[in-house]
Amino acid sequence: MTFGIDACVTPVFAAGLLDGAVSVTHYLVVGAILFTAGIVCMAVKRNALGVLMGIELVLNGANVNFVAFASPYLRGENAVSLGLDGQVIALFVILLAAAEAAVALAITLNFYNNHSTVDIDRADDLKG
Amino acid sequence: MTGLALLAAINFHTLLFLLFAGLACGFAVGVVLADNVVRMALYLVLSLGATAGLFFLAGAEFIGAMQLMIYVGGTLVLLVFGVMLTAQAPFVSIKTSTGDRVLAGIVAASLLALLLQAAFSVDAWRRPALGEVAQPSATPLGMALLGARVDDPAAGAPAAQARSGYLLPFEIVSVHLLVVLVGAAYLARAKRRRTPRAIEVAASVVEPRAARGAATGSASALVGGGSR
Repeated sequence: MTFGIDACVTPVFAAGLLDGAVSVTHYLVVGAILFTAGIVCMAVKRNALGVLMGIELVLNGANVNFVAFASPYLRGENAVSLGLDGQVIALFVILLAAAEAAVALAITLNFYNNHSTVDIDRADDLKG
Repeated sequence: MTGLALLAAINFHTLLFLLFAGLACGFAVGVVLADNVVRMALYLVLSLGATAGLFFLAGAEFIGAMQLMIYVGGTLVLLVFGVMLTAQAPFVSIKTSTGDRVLAGIVAASLLALLLQAAFSVDAWRRPALGEVAQPSATPLGMALLGARVDDPAAGAPAAQARSGYLLPFEIVSVHLLVVLVGAAYLARAKRRRTPRAIEVAASVVEPRAARGAATGSASALVGGGSR
């Protein structure tokens, strides 16, 4: 049985997946995936609230990068980390995202009251 | 390699990172792929919660807590309220056309390739600093928002290069939040039925049928234009 566990776990260790340490690159990959998902969500969704969710994902992906570069122990020896600056910027991004969500939701609800729909393809009143 | 040696070899920081990273990325992709807006909101909550776990693992425990409290506890509750207020049957799941999906997939793949290439391009980012112990960051953050920096300056930096605090951005953000909340309340206010003025009452008494007919006509035109 030990052999069986060993056989399936050893490749994982050989890849450095479980016994290696986490570096900034790991966080950058996560941030890239969140950012891409948010961009696609903003571009594809036809529900106005889906577009808002895409914006939240994009901001969150940027936040992941800020926090990773601010972290003192994800960086190499000689690298200068952002330090507290990155964390403060991440905090401001969270606060401004809350403000943006409040205004965008108010606009969406207003649109829904006037047009009885949340499909953004129907928001073409300004088309010439 | 027996079980105990296996356990000892596992870096639990890495294991937890992989767990939270997988949850965050998986649910983010779930937000994109789901058609039902209620499911999208649920996946977004889970993705942002897992991201808070990533913040904790990076040593930014105050940011992680704020992520949970403001983002997951505030912003997303707002979004879920929006979903519930507009979740009429035809709008719960609005389908995207297949051509749009294919285009979006191509754009996503190329954007992801670009970002990943950038992430892996710098060698210094791939070497973690081993043996560092993260300092608690709540006190330095609070002092920095008050304008005083108590965290360590850059090694060997002269006092003239000391980093400045964040009192002014903090004030700007607080005023910005106030303005935004007033604006949001103004935009989303309930439409109050206007009390008719005396001259309008007199006009409707003189021509009640004509006024009512005009109002109905314009209302039906509005509905027709809206539903098309």
